[in-house]
This record gives sequence, C-alpha cells and structure tokens, in this order.
Amino acid sequence: MSQPTSSSAGPVVALRDVHKSFGSLKVLDGVSFEVARGEVLAIIGRSGSGKSTALRCIDRLETIESGEITVCGHRVSDPKLPLRALRLDVGIVFQSYNLFPHLTIEENICLAPVTVKGRRRAEARETARRVLGQVGLGDKLDSYPEQLSGGQQQRAAIARSLAMEPQVMLFDEVTSALDPELTGEVLRVIEQLAAGGMTMVMVTHEMGFARRVADRIVFMHRGKVWETGPATILEAPETAELRQFVGSGL
Amino acid sequence: MNLRLDFGVVWERWPLFVDGAWMTLQLAVLATLFGFALGALCAVGRRSGPPWLAGLCGAYVEAIRNTPLLVQIFLVYFGLASLGFSLSAFTVAALALTINVGAYTTEIMRAGFDSIPRGQLEAGECLGLSQRQVYWHVLLLPAMERVYPALTSQFVLLMLASSVTSQISAEELTAVANYIQSDTYRAFESYITVAVFYLALSFVMRLGFWGLGLLLFPRRRRLGTPL
Repeated sequence: MSQPTSSSAGPVVALRDVHKSFGSLKVLDGVSFEVARGEVLAIIGRSGSGKSTALRCIDRLETIESGEITVCGHRVSDPKLPLRALRLDVGIVFQSYNLFPHLTIEENICLAPVTVKGRRRAEARETARRVLGQVGLGDKLDSYPEQLSGGQQQRAAIARSLAMEPQVMLFDEVTSALDPELTGEVLRVIEQLAAGGMTMVMVTHEMGFARRVADRIVFMHRGKVWETGPATILEAPETAELRQFVGSGL
Repeated sequence: MNLRLDFGVVWERWPLFVDGAWMTLQLAVLATLFGFALGALCAVGRRSGPPWLAGLCGAYVEAIRNTPLLVQIFLVYFGLASLGFSLSAFTVAALALTINVGAYTTEIMRAGFDSIPRGQLEAGECLGLSQRQVYWHVLLLPAMERVYPALTSQFVLLMLASSVTSQISAEELTAVANYIQSDTYRAFESYITVAVFYLALSFVMRLGFWGLGLLLFPRRRRLGTPL
C-alpha cells in the first residue's frame, strides 16, 4: 500500500476507553482502537455489538459518556469542538445512501463544496465530474437519485463524500441493503480507494471483503473490542466468540 | 315557488366586483407569502429553537388555532388602534390573515420537516453544513413537496376566509356584495355573483400553485411524477 505524504505523525483516529449507553443499555464498554494514516480498519461483529455506534462516535453523530476520541487532531470528545472542522476532515457513507432526493447527482455532490467550502460552482462541477468518473458514474451527472439503482446510489454517495477531500472515510454497513451483484460494484470502488491510500474505517458484514482489503480487523462483542489483529485472525480466531462469528457465516 | 332572478341591476355594477376581487386576490397573495414565511420560521423555531422560542411558537399556534378568525381580526384592528396606529382596513386585514395562516402553516410545515428521514439531516451535517444550511438546502424543499397539497388547500381556504374581513370594511369581494345587495335589494343575485367570483379566484389560485409546484420541484417535472 502506498504511503501518502503527510506531516502529521500519530494515528488519524484514536479511541481510548470510550463508554456510551443508550438508557440502561451499555453499547460501548471501554472501546479503544487506533487507525494510522493510510490504514484500512474493518469493524466486524454481531448486530447490536456496538460497531455502528463506535463508528458514529468518530464523526460525533453520537456523543460519548467517558473516554477520549481524537480524529485528525480534533478532540471529538470535547463538547466545545467546532463540528464543521471535524466534518471537513471526515467523510461518512451510510447504509441508506442518504442522497438528497430533490437534487440531481451533480447538485448532491456540489452542494457541500459550494456552501461549506465556498468553492465556485464551475470548480465544484469539475470536481463532481472527476469523482463521479472515479466511481464509474460519469454519465449520471443529471440523474436524480431515484433514477439510479441502489449500487449506483451508494457509489454516488461515496463520490459526494470524496468531493470534500476528507482525510479519513467511514463506511457504515454500506452494502447491507444491496444484492450480491450491486454489493460487488460498491466494494470494488472502496477497494480502489484503499489502494489509493485513503484512510478508512468500515463497519461491514462482508467477511471476504474485510479479509482481502482490511489491514486490521476489530471484532466487537458486547460493546467491547473482543479481538483485534491483522486479517489473519479471521482464519485463526483466538476467542470462542470470534470463532463462532466467522464460523456461522461460512 | 315563485323565484324571479334579476341580475341586471347587480351586473351593471360589475366594476365594483372586479375591484373587490382584485383586493381579495391581493389579500390572499400577501397573506400567503408572509404567512408561509412566518409559518416556516415558526416550524423551525418549534423544532430546533431554544426552549423559550419553541414554547413561544407553540403558544402562537395554539392561540390562533383555538380562536375565531373574526375575533383575531377585531383584536388586530382595535388593538392597533388603541396603541395609536391608524392603519387602513386593507393593511389590518392583510396583517390579521397573515397571522392566522402563519399558525396553520407552522403545523403543516412541522409535519413536513418531521417526515424527512433523520438520515438526510445527518448526511447534511456530516458534509459540514450548518443547521441553518441543512434546513435551507436539505430539508425545506423535500418537506414542502410532501405537504404541498395541504399547504395549497390552506392558502385557498385563506382566500375564502378573507371574506370575514368585510367586517372591518376592507373593500373585498364580500364587502362589495354586501354593499350592492343593500343598494339594489337583490341579495340572492348579489351573493350568487360573488360566489362565482370566489370560484374563479379559487381556480386561479390552484392554477398558480400548480405552476409554482412545477417551478419549485423540478424533479417532479422531469420525472413526470404528479404532486
């Protein structure tokens, strides 16, 4: 994997002893992990194990009760954090795409560069054309989201995120709503990004994909990082829980 | 039954009807524009404002929805007068109708905003948009689109309800009919005529909203989905 040039040392994303509850339900129970620049981290685990919540905490879509989260130098756990600065550095792609239905694909992509970064419209259009080409949708500029397949919508959502040139990208079960064929086309795009050196954290149920693309795996269970290591831990799990989890899927 | 209709004396006063219809239309358009702006802002205030603002918007909505329009008109009319403002009947009528329709619009727009999936808002926030930008660029048009039929019905209803402002001598359609029937003693004919004018105005308004919908929601236009 190519190492992008960067002056900042240390991890891009770091969670230290993060705790969070929804009411009486403890969803994150002392979660810690780090992601280095250019690294691809896959978070796996059962539904309800806290993996999506952990991911959402990184972009401050959820607040935490204790612990510390640092992302690209921003102290996410600080309540006074300017959110815009964080979100300029972090891109996130959701399971339900969340494209804006009333805007064309091009308008979807140009919205944030123009309104948030103050780019000129012509320049933003140029960027839109480039990122759409990157995800293989160069001919869909003027389409509305509802005219696209699920796989195309998800690739457009990835393009929308890329247009903001984030330092790190988060993927929250981005293929869970797609059939195997459409899943494949989305995963190929993510794999290209990984090959290009993008720092990524992805919550996924695609074990084969995680094994192939991820530099490191975090297996979550009952709100804890139960087991972590290189992709080879999927072949030789140390804990019974991970053994059962990978065994059940195959 | 001995019904004899004589429209002659009523219809020869047609310029009065036209003037009245023009004022009714002006009242409707003004109250629609300002009422929509007021209602949309109050809906945002009620959803996302600090507690005092949300409470204030809620109190406004309840106060208006639970009192008669005529009483509201009198309150504005006599209230402003006793505060020393001398405004024309037209201004008072436009103001009272705006306040009235603003409250109903608040509730309709609130329903519209509430119907937008949370993921849309999160996607906007995660792209770095401020809360205001999320409302403006992400939520407003889809919310309006979803409640457009309810909104436009409300505004047509407002135009019809403007007849009540005849009570403070705003020279709108109903006031004209009142005047003509007392002048000609042809009450039935006067009100039949004025009813036809209202029907025509409703038609004009619905046509206008249909056109506006095409402008506001280009996706509907391009994909051919009806509102």
